[in-house]
Amino acid sequence: MTRADDVNWPQAAASQENPARVDLLLVADMVEPGSRVLDVGCGDGALLRLLAEDKQVDGRGIELSQRGVNDCVAKGLSVIQGDADTDLAGYPDNAFDYVILSQTLQATHRPRRVLEEMLRIGRYAIVSFPNFGHWRIRFQVAFGGRMPLTRNLSCAWYETPNIHFCTIQDFIALVREIDAIIERGVAIGRSGIPLRYSEPWIWNLFGEQGVFRLTRKR
Amino acid sequence: MIGGSVQFAPASKAAGLREVDAPNSLVVHFGADQPLKMEAGVLLSPLTIAYQTYGELNASKSNAILICHALTGDQHVANTHPITGKPGWWHTMVGPGRPIDTNRYFVIASNVVGGCMGTTGPASLNPATGRPYGLDLPVVTIKDMVRAQAMLIDHLGIDTLFCVAGGSMGGMQVLQWVASYPERVFAAMPIATAARHSSQNIAFHEVGRQAVMADPDWRQGRYLEEGVIPTKGLAVARMAAHITYLSDEVLQSKFGRKLQDRSAPTFSFDADFQIENYLRYQGTSFVDRFDANSYLYVTRACDYFDLAADYGGSLAYAFKDSKARFCVISFNSDWLYPTQASRAIVHALNAGGASVSFVDIETDRGHDAFLLDTPELISTSRGFLEAAARARGIAPAKTKTGAGFRS
Repeated sequence: MTRADDVNWPQAAASQENPARVDLLLVADMVEPGSRVLDVGCGDGALLRLLAEDKQVDGRGIELSQRGVNDCVAKGLSVIQGDADTDLAGYPDNAFDYVILSQTLQATHRPRRVLEEMLRIGRYAIVSFPNFGHWRIRFQVAFGGRMPLTRNLSCAWYETPNIHFCTIQDFIALVREIDAIIERGVAIGRSGIPLRYSEPWIWNLFGEQGVFRLTRKR
Repeated sequence: MIGGSVQFAPASKAAGLREVDAPNSLVVHFGADQPLKMEAGVLLSPLTIAYQTYGELNASKSNAILICHALTGDQHVANTHPITGKPGWWHTMVGPGRPIDTNRYFVIASNVVGGCMGTTGPASLNPATGRPYGLDLPVVTIKDMVRAQAMLIDHLGIDTLFCVAGGSMGGMQVLQWVASYPERVFAAMPIATAARHSSQNIAFHEVGRQAVMADPDWRQGRYLEEGVIPTKGLAVARMAAHITYLSDEVLQSKFGRKLQDRSAPTFSFDADFQIENYLRYQGTSFVDRFDANSYLYVTRACDYFDLAADYGGSLAYAFKDSKARFCVISFNSDWLYPTQASRAIVHALNAGGASVSFVDIETDRGHDAFLLDTPELISTSRGFLEAAARARGIAPAKTKTGAGFRS
């Protein structure tokens, strides 16, 4: 695990107000310029476009919604309509340098399988996800007795596409279980600024989102 | 329509055949010095290709789009059809301001080899015998169709096509283009298609061919010399095929069990149901514009299509030399060339690291959706082509409408 102090924070991150945007910038910061990237669950293609413009990557995307795919295709991005749970199997080993899963892990049916596929297809996997261990969420469950609603997780339990929530510590445990290594990691606090301290329990309590770069054990 | 069988007006018989010898379109002839090398191992010569163009070729010749037509389509993509008087079969997609914008691109569409709208086919005169080819024409394949199109593109002085686009059998030609001429295709748009004909696809085609050949007027394929036309067989073939172009949902919503101009069943074999009447209409109107032997040839060409077979069974290898950007489109209610067939193409392209976009469009229209004004088809292809045109440096559309229209 990288210590938070060792991480080079992206310059733009602190000045951004939109936390989703910060997440994209942090992900982009983990990608080498000119590399081959697959963005799984690429939405309207905002990250792919950012990576193409700022990092000159050769990017591809997979997106479930037809509207998202149409937006991407209209931007000139190469995006296929597909599902993280089923369509990663069609990609050959080591086809990409980076396979990115941004705010999608918790919506997959088989998160472990998806992570394994990502690490098979790419040299690195970059995953960002909302941290269910954040103190506000714990507080709401513990004292409100209801499923939590926050600005990042604003859907009621019966409507949410997020079926596999995890905490940052759950995620770290899963990475260990599938024999992968976290080589970079960031937790983002309420203000959208990466947390200064890197102890997992602090991330788990105060991080609203986690962003991790993984690789296979050699 | 009376009785249990399909009736025909004899006056319409000659209409389709007129286009065979004197098509209402541009024509290029290739003489004995430029034969078509066919996959069956023979040379076809002379060869005539009937085609249409729309828009203007730019100075750098970088804005040419080739449209490949489906089974019974033709070169009349965006102009009034010379036989039926109906708008071109892809007028929703091709024209001024359309996704395939004729104010911006130079659009080429040719009739396939084996067709009956002016390109050499079984109804054309065989110079060796002075009679129509009939079944003496070698069996045509998708690869042969594409090779002939490449001869046309050469003739037009175009090196690289900006895009090759087409649906159904047209989509097969698109895939074959990329495989046969990887360096000559900048962008490819295969729609509602498959990289090979499935057993079910072959089965339906065989039903159609058997219907044609079972018609006593087929005369072992020599009907033209005997002054008859196997209209009944061809109409039945079309009726069966037409069912495969529509989804169960759309048939149900359009026709259901509704009766045709009557309030109760007649307890006969009349066309009591609207769907029967509709199919009979599809069958009879088809024979006015299509040659029965041609139908045998084009269906056979699809059946023989298995792109991966030429590349050691691996579809990915078929595309490995191509740098083309792809936009693969399928329709979720298409059971003739289902989404899964398009996904197989996408997987093969991904395996080869190709630049590929893929959309499975939700519609109840079935296979026919690629011919209809399907909003997502329009928006996706427009976005794809605009982005590709930017990458290729093609100037934006001129504002005048109907530019360079030739017919």
